[in-house]
Amino acid sequence: MKKHIQDLAVISNRRLSRDYFILGLTDTNPLPEMLPGQFAEIRVDNNPEVFLRRPVSVHDVDYDGNMLYLLIKIVGKGTYSLSLLKPGDKLNMVFPLGNTFNCGNVKNVMLAGGGCGIAPMLYLARHLNNKGIHASILLGGRTSDDILEENEFKKYGQLYISTDDGSMGEKGFITMNSVLQKIQDFDRLYCCGPLPMLKAFAKLAQQNNIDCEVSLENTMACGIGACLCCVTETIDGNRCVCTDGPVFNIKQLTWQI
Amino acid sequence: MADLKVSIGSLDLKNPVLTASGTFGYGNEFDDFIDIDVLGGIIVKGTTLEPREGNAYPRMAETPSGMLNAVGLQNKGVDVFINEIYPRIKHYNTNIIVNVSGSKIDDYIAVAEKLNSIEGIPAIELNISCPNVKTGGMAFGTSCASASEVTLAVRKAYHKTLIVKLSPNVTNISEIAKAVEDSGADSVSLINTLLGMAIDAETRRPVLSTVTGGLSGPCIKPVALRMVWQVAKAVKIPVIGLGGIMSATDAIEFILAGATAIQVGTANFIDPAVSIKIVSGINEYCERHRVSSVRDLTGSLKC
Repeated sequence: MKKHIQDLAVISNRRLSRDYFILGLTDTNPLPEMLPGQFAEIRVDNNPEVFLRRPVSVHDVDYDGNMLYLLIKIVGKGTYSLSLLKPGDKLNMVFPLGNTFNCGNVKNVMLAGGGCGIAPMLYLARHLNNKGIHASILLGGRTSDDILEENEFKKYGQLYISTDDGSMGEKGFITMNSVLQKIQDFDRLYCCGPLPMLKAFAKLAQQNNIDCEVSLENTMACGIGACLCCVTETIDGNRCVCTDGPVFNIKQLTWQI
Repeated sequence: MADLKVSIGSLDLKNPVLTASGTFGYGNEFDDFIDIDVLGGIIVKGTTLEPREGNAYPRMAETPSGMLNAVGLQNKGVDVFINEIYPRIKHYNTNIIVNVSGSKIDDYIAVAEKLNSIEGIPAIELNISCPNVKTGGMAFGTSCASASEVTLAVRKAYHKTLIVKLSPNVTNISEIAKAVEDSGADSVSLINTLLGMAIDAETRRPVLSTVTGGLSGPCIKPVALRMVWQVAKAVKIPVIGLGGIMSATDAIEFILAGATAIQVGTANFIDPAVSIKIVSGINEYCERHRVSSVRDLTGSLKC
């Protein structure tokens, strides 16, 4: 897929809760094709303390409306600066980057998103729904503030929710949600979230012999496989998360689980 | 259009803009963004005799106006480069220069010998300045004696243009440059990254797995300019300047300080199309200042 560098126009900036917001972006030309799991490298223009681009996953694409949506959590000065963008501002992006989830050979799958790991799951859920694949969607977070866009997710699958404090859905870690008692029903597990969560799901998948793909987060410089900063250990040695990932099958990784 | 052609030893460049090793992959990563053939040349990733996995994660930390890296020369080794990577990039109509790294002098010689026979590779850049490997690397570049020894050894084995990349982590870079010139180098490139460090105060831990790493980006430009200026006065061979070049104006500053050519490094991460913008920007500068050849600008600082 051809990568592009271009300025997109900010159409909307919708605050979801204290730490999360969704940017709606468009362009005068049709947006390029993007796949679930792919990401963009975003230049942060309004903060001289931010030097590198920030990798942000594709949250949703509306080709009919020519809109790209990015769900972003404020975690530092780069994402804070992005949260201040207003309609009419321009955002310079290098995209689409990275690989995609494997959606082949499955009938019934589970998507698990924890915290800002929820971000790539909506576009994946929509994509699976379009292919007629049944999806159970499990969202988790510390509190109800971390559970985002649940009405959107409901359109594409059966929704399950866990919060650490019990303020929404089941109380407890996402990996303890009761839907996972039926883990044997799923052909594949797709996960994105904090590393401990991903490892817990990988262990669960391995124990139950379920195929499992995880989308990894990593600090990146270039995003296009040139700098070799964002590597993760795989059975084939160190591989760039930006080009060989961000999605990896857990069989490729060398996690001790 | 100004005359942008420059020469580094017997190596002719269509313009003074090269891409710095380790910041541009093998060039093909940038095919979607730019026409590589517009560049004066590309310097591919540091290549060693044996494959290297590089350092553990985390390898990178953002810093004010720059970044630290501790990649540690991850590469597939010279044989894979020659047999698998080079065939994929040899169609480029630009100079492909290989950055040669090693931990022993014999390794540098072996890599240089293998590259001698590759017709489409007109030059190597000897990396005696990598701060991110435990043995070799920067150790060769921080004393005149060892810089001289490795340069002499590779000079005997390599018959095309030999560029030696210098470390800024020294007391007197001009002395190292002179030692390298006396040992047969056709050119020196400088500066490699400055040794630096980042700490996470909350966790009380270093950010990088290696504790220290190489600092690059616009934060090092004043140091790089000063060193290029000093070295250009000390040696007769052409100097290639690099260190924090983000724009054509930055590139011109290095040329005024004495550089014959320049390398664009970390800027490629921010704007993958910046290198060709710098080519056109240098031309615009020359036209605006009525300079017919960019060669007339080298070392023309008024001071």
